[in-house]
Amino acid sequence: MNNDLLFDFTVDKPAKTVYITREFDAELPLVWDAFTKAEFIDQWIAPKPMTAKTKYQDFKVGGKRFYAMISPDGQKRWAIQEYTSITPKTNFKMHNAFADENENPELPGSEWDHTFSEENGTTKVRITIYNESLERMEKILDGFTQGMKMSLSNLENLLATLSKK
Amino acid sequence: MRRDIFQAIADPTRRAIITLIALQAMTPNAIADNFHTTRQSVSKHLRILSECELVKQEQKGREIYYSLEIKKLKEVDKWLDQFRKLWETRFNQLDNVLATMKKQKK
Repeated sequence: MNNDLLFDFTVDKPAKTVYITREFDAELPLVWDAFTKAEFIDQWIAPKPMTAKTKYQDFKVGGKRFYAMISPDGQKRWAIQEYTSITPKTNFKMHNAFADENENPELPGSEWDHTFSEENGTTKVRITIYNESLERMEKILDGFTQGMKMSLSNLENLLATLSKK
Repeated sequence: MRRDIFQAIADPTRRAIITLIALQAMTPNAIADNFHTTRQSVSKHLRILSECELVKQEQKGREIYYSLEIKKLKEVDKWLDQFRKLWETRFNQLDNVLATMKKQKK
């Protein structure tokens, strides 16, 4: 990571809102694509060792993206996003909720707002996430931590196998 | 029922109580003096904070003193830190994706 790039992360717990600002060393159209096209989103949204796979995406107001976060042991955690507002290359909003494999959302979910701006080839993205419940945020984190633990135990197993040789 | 620590600190009066007793242990009466509310209402808030283990009680003579459980508050920080790390990881991955996209564009 380029350390000159701004990263700001604050949580307003009483307001159940997370504010994230991050700069990227790329022009706005590229960053916009990375945030709005499933083929790119899938490449970064899941923190390793988790992976993400979009089943389908329809990037328009009222359209949806149905995707899964996949843990190293192959377990899928489905979620569905519905785009509620799109101003091309400037802003998009969506509602995000966990779901079952048949696209039935598990409410409550969260409201996401992304704003893009560019200055001298650096693109700033401001993200606001309003969680209808903070327990939901804990759920997201649980998945992430489990994924991490799993990859660590995979590594341990691998090391154990290697050291036997 | 397990109380959610974030719900506990979601209330403005409870946050004000936390700020007050972070400085020194106080009796419910002394705490109530700082609010335009009934002693009963302050007791209710203190009970919720106790259930979340955010405050501890100590009997001194005839009075009960309430003070802040700093360790528990740190748990909240730890949780937030993990959440921040999750995003850091994501964005570092995104940096790589953008670098690849840039190359492909050329």
